[in-house]
Amino acid sequence: MLAPSLGIAAWGLVTGVAMVKSGLSVPVAALMTIIVYAGSAQLAALPLIVAGAPLWVILATAFCVNLRFVIYSAHWRKYFGHLPRWQRLTLTYVAADLNYVLFVRRFPDPQPAPEQLPYFLGGVTWNWGSWQVASLLGVVLADRVPTEWGLGFAGVLALLGVTYSLLSGGKSWIAAGVAACAAVAAFGLPLNLNIVVGIAAGVVVGLLLDRAFPDTAVERV
Amino acid sequence: MGVSYAVLCAVGLAVVTVLTRGFFLLSERDLTLPPWAMQGLRYAPLAALVAVIAPEIVLTDGILIATWADARIYAVLVGTAYFAWRRGILGTIVSGTAVLLALNIGLGW
Repeated sequence: MLAPSLGIAAWGLVTGVAMVKSGLSVPVAALMTIIVYAGSAQLAALPLIVAGAPLWVILATAFCVNLRFVIYSAHWRKYFGHLPRWQRLTLTYVAADLNYVLFVRRFPDPQPAPEQLPYFLGGVTWNWGSWQVASLLGVVLADRVPTEWGLGFAGVLALLGVTYSLLSGGKSWIAAGVAACAAVAAFGLPLNLNIVVGIAAGVVVGLLLDRAFPDTAVERV
Repeated sequence: MGVSYAVLCAVGLAVVTVLTRGFFLLSERDLTLPPWAMQGLRYAPLAALVAVIAPEIVLTDGILIATWADARIYAVLVGTAYFAWRRGILGTIVSGTAVLLALNIGLGW
């Protein structure tokens, strides 16, 4: 858990710096870090918030970026489905990617067991702490860094890395290329609707490609 | 950007975190999604990320980059080269940001 949490901390630092250097005030950036606790969604929402996009476009974009968690949640249900609703929602709220990966590796048998909760709580506490400390540090430090350094763009570079990690096989490249071209070409639309156009175009092309070439379906992301 | 708008965004994003991380735990009954929806789930995160970053990389105030003196170009190229070489997200961020800072601070771009 120590080595990956260094990665989490570096990622949190970049997110904290990017939020402030993109134009969020220090208190708002701190609030966002503490309550949202989802780096990719925060970074993806940033350019839209700065541009003053409608709330629904921002939330829809974050929802799409977070869809991997929907897939995890189907899996979490097998372990935590028997708990009361507020308890299971609290548990999954703080369960980041790394927690999911480590947990299902440690407990491959998808049914409840008494030793799962302590393991889970230890993991999420450690991950939460690494992320929050680093991200808040980034927020505070960014306030002292000149805007001319262009560090707001570090958030885009972080998302670029995540995007590359999601690309697997020709169909995903084509879907991504179509989404990129559509989002750029439709940039003139009001209300940042180019993002919605880009997402719709990418998903539709991906589904059509899956239908046309079902034997080469992309791996789950 | 008003403070109340930014706070509203933060609260809304927190709700999105709760809803997505707990999606299949919201209901007391077991839910299943239609196959096309599960298939769409694979492409949506990729499409959303690309739709956000592509304009951030190639546009300046809504117009395609028209100069080579833009640190973003080289930061993205170096970050991309790093990912092609080592497949690491962290290294992509670090190498790209290093180029960004070198050009912005060193050359004043």
